Amino acid sequence: MASNGIRDRVAIVGMGCTPFGEHWDKGVDDLLVDAAQEAVASAGVTVGDVDAFWLGTMASGMSGLTLSRPLKIDYKPVSRLENFCATGSEAFRNACYAVASGAFDIAMAIGVEKLKDSGFSGLTGTRPPDDGTGASLTAPAMFSLLAPAYANKYGVDEAEMKDVLTRIAWKNHKNGALNPRAQFKKEVPKDTICNSPLVAGPLGIFDCSGVSDGSAAAVIVRAEDAHRYTDHPIYVKALAFAAGPAAGPIDPDYDYTTFTEVVRSAEDAYRQAGIDDPRAALAMAEVHDCFTPTELVLMEDLGFAQRGMAWKEVLAGTFDLEGDLAVNPDGGLKSFGHPIGASGLRMLFECWLQLRGEAGPRQIGNGKKMALTHNLGGAPGECVSFVSVVGSEPSA
Amino acid sequence: MSGIVAYGAYLPYHRLDRRRIAEALGTPPAKGTRAVASYDEDTTSMAVEAARRIAGQTAAPHQLLFATAAPAYLDKTNAAAVHAALGLDTAVPAYDMVGSVRSGIGALRSALAQPGTLAVLSDIRTGLPSSSDEANGGDGAVAFLTGDTDTVADLVASASSTAEFLDRWRLPHEPTSRQWEERFGEHAYVPLAEAALTDALKQAGITADDVDHLVVAATHARAGRRFGIDELSPVIGNCGTAHPGLVLADALDRAQPGQTVVLLTLADGADAMVFKVNKPGTGDLRAEMAQGSDALPYATFLTWRGHLHREPPRRPDPERPAAPPSARREDWKFGFTGSRCEACGTRHLPPQRVCVKCRTVDQMAPERLADVPATIATFTVDRLAFSLSPPVVAAVVDFDGGGRFQCELTDVDPASVTIGDRVEMTFRRLFTADGVHNYFWKARPLRTKEQ
Repeated sequence: MASNGIRDRVAIVGMGCTPFGEHWDKGVDDLLVDAAQEAVASAGVTVGDVDAFWLGTMASGMSGLTLSRPLKIDYKPVSRLENFCATGSEAFRNACYAVASGAFDIAMAIGVEKLKDSGFSGLTGTRPPDDGTGASLTAPAMFSLLAPAYANKYGVDEAEMKDVLTRIAWKNHKNGALNPRAQFKKEVPKDTICNSPLVAGPLGIFDCSGVSDGSAAAVIVRAEDAHRYTDHPIYVKALAFAAGPAAGPIDPDYDYTTFTEVVRSAEDAYRQAGIDDPRAALAMAEVHDCFTPTELVLMEDLGFAQRGMAWKEVLAGTFDLEGDLAVNPDGGLKSFGHPIGASGLRMLFECWLQLRGEAGPRQIGNGKKMALTHNLGGAPGECVSFVSVVGSEPSA
Repeated sequence: MSGIVAYGAYLPYHRLDRRRIAEALGTPPAKGTRAVASYDEDTTSMAVEAARRIAGQTAAPHQLLFATAAPAYLDKTNAAAVHAALGLDTAVPAYDMVGSVRSGIGALRSALAQPGTLAVLSDIRTGLPSSSDEANGGDGAVAFLTGDTDTVADLVASASSTAEFLDRWRLPHEPTSRQWEERFGEHAYVPLAEAALTDALKQAGITADDVDHLVVAATHARAGRRFGIDELSPVIGNCGTAHPGLVLADALDRAQPGQTVVLLTLADGADAMVFKVNKPGTGDLRAEMAQGSDALPYATFLTWRGHLHREPPRRPDPERPAAPPSARREDWKFGFTGSRCEACGTRHLPPQRVCVKCRTVDQMAPERLADVPATIATFTVDRLAFSLSPPVVAAVVDFDGGGRFQCELTDVDPASVTIGDRVEMTFRRLFTADGVHNYFWKARPLRTKEQ
C-alpha cells in the first residue's frame, strides 16, 4: 500500500489558456473551444488526434457531452469531473494516469467555469436535498476563520496581520499586472486593499479572489513520445491528492492555522518528485490564494516557511516575483478570479510558460527546473488538496 | 388535587423602546419597552425555549399542549416540533390549541385537569406601525408542567364565563388585529370578569381579602386595569396567548408558601383560577425582564415583523429543508443529539457512524448536547451570506466535556464577540423557504448563571 507516483512517465506537450474575466460575449462552449484549440495547436495536433478527454467543471455543465458537443469529438471517452475548487487539477491528474497506464497515447485535461452568468456575488453552489442543518457560511467567511486563529497562535497583532494579508494581495496584483490573461491587470495600492469594504471577518473585498469565467487545457502524452510534439515538454514529477475526514469542524483539536490535507498532499508530492527542500528546489509555485489568509497558511503547509514564520517571510518579500521563491508569479486567483474548473490548469499553464522561458516580463531566471501547483477545495478543516510538481527535464 | 409541578418562562433578548416608535413616526411619546422575538424566532421556537427551562427538572410529561394565536404552521401540528426539540417519547401525544388568545388559558386549565401535562403558551404580538398593539404587545412564552404531587402550587378553584361579542379579532392571513371601540369592550368584559372571579373565590371558600396576589392578563387593557395592575406589560408588553402564564409565573416567583394567588384573565369572557402556594417559586422572570437589550432600532423591528421590505443580498435564496432527511435526522435537527464513540469517548456533532478519532465503526451512543454549554474557539462575521438580519455571525464552538460544532450565533453584538466567550444552544427558526420553516439550533452568549 503506497502512493507510488508516475514520476517522469508522462509529459505535457501543449497547453492553452483563455483570458480570464467577464466573458459576457462567450459561453461555456466558446471558452472550451478556445482553450482546447489553443492547447492542441501548441502540441501540433488536432482534437481528432486526442484519444481521451477529462473535463473539469463544478457547475458549468453535466457529463462528457459538455465537452464533446462543442468540440465535435468523434466518439471518444470524455469524463466529467468535479472535486470542489480542485476540479481542474483533478482533470489533469486523471488524464495523466490514463496515459501512464498505457490505455491512451494522447489525453487532454481541460477545465472550464462560467461564473459570471449567475448574477450573484461570490460563489454559489447547489446541495442535494438535506435537513437544513448544514452551515450556510460563504467561502470568504469560512476562510476568514484562519486569520484570527493564526494571529492568536503566533502573537501577531491585528494591525500586523492586516499588513501581512494586504501584502499578499498587493504582491499577487503586482504580478497580475504583468499578465495579459489576468482578469485584473493592474497593480493595486496597499491603501486600497487595506481599506476595502469588509466581506467576512477581517477580510475586505481585496482579500478575496475575484469571480470570473475562463478555461484552460493541457495535452498529455507518454514521456518517451514527448519530443515528437515539442522540443520543450514539461514532465510530470508528482501528482498528489488528499481528501481527509473533514475533522476540523467536529474535532476540537483542529486549530484553524493549517490545512492537514495540504500538508499530507505536499509530503506525498515531494516524496514522488524526490524533493527534500521545496523552497530550494522549486523555480516557482502557483498556490490556491482564494483568500489572503489561505496563501499565508499555505506557505507553511507547503514547507516554504517554518511554522509561525510565514507572516514574517511575506513581509520580507520572500514570495515576491524577485524573491527567494516566487509564489503566484502569474497573479494567482487574486488577479485571475477563480473559475473553479479552470483554475488548476491555469496554475499549470504558468508553470508551462515559466519552465519553457515563455513568461515574458514575469520570467523567473533562477535556472531551477521544477515548479509546483497547489489547488484546494472546501474550507479550513474540511478540504480536498492537490499538489503537483512538474519539471522541464527528466530526472537523471 | 392537581397543581403546577414546574414552570418556566422565556423572554426574547430584544426590547423595543417605545420612544423609538415615537421618534420615527412622530407619534406621542410613550414610556417603557416591549419584548421582541428576534428574526429567527417564532412561537414554536420560543415555546421550545420556555419548555427547556423545566425539562429535566421533573418527570417527562404524559402529553404536550401548545397554545398560540400566531401558529407557525396551520394544518401541521406545531407542538410536534416542540415535542421533537424536547426529545419526548414518541408515545407522548402533542396537540395544538391555536388561533385565539384565549387558547392559552384554555391550555393551562386543560393541563391542570389532566395532571402530567406540559402546557406551553407562546405568542408574537404585533400591529401596524403606530398602532397601540405594536407598542403595547409583547413576545414571549411560558411552560407549565402539571401534576398531583410535589407541586409548587395547587389549583384550589376555577371558574369561567363566556360570551359572544366583538372586541378583538383578526382574519386569517391578516398581520394585525382589529379592535372595537374601547368603552364597549369594557362594558362587555367587566361583568363577565366579576362573575368568574366571584364564582372562583366562592368555590375556594375565601374572600377577596384572603388573596395575597391577584394577577390579571387581559386582551382589553382598560377592562383589565379595573381588576388589577399588570406589572409586566410596561417592560415586555402584553404577550397575548402567553400573558396569563407569564403573570402567573411572575406571581409564583414572588409568592411565599401558604399564600393564595388568583389569576384572572379576560379574553372573550373571563377565567379565574385560585392557587394555593406550597413551595417557593423556581423562576426569576423579573431578572430575565431586566436582562434584555433595548438597543433594537425601530427599522430593524419593522423588518423582522415583515413591515419593511429591504433589498436582499445578491445571493441565492436558501433552499427549503427536505422532508425525508429532516425526518431521518429528527434527533439531530430538532433534539441536537450527537453521538459518542463507545470505544474512545469522542463526541460527534452531528452524529457519525465512524469515529473521527479512533475510526471505530458503528459503536456510537446518542448524546443530547442541547443543554451543554460551550466555548468559542474561533468566529467570523459574514457580511455576504443570506440572512434576514445581516451580518451573519458564525462561530466554531467547543462543548464542555468534548465535541465541536460550527454554527451561527444569535442575540449577539458582532463587535463584542471574542475567542473564549461562553455560549449556550438555543432553538431557532433559521429561515423559511418555499413555505417550510427551517428549525435548528444556534449558539448565543451564555446568560444563565454558570453552575
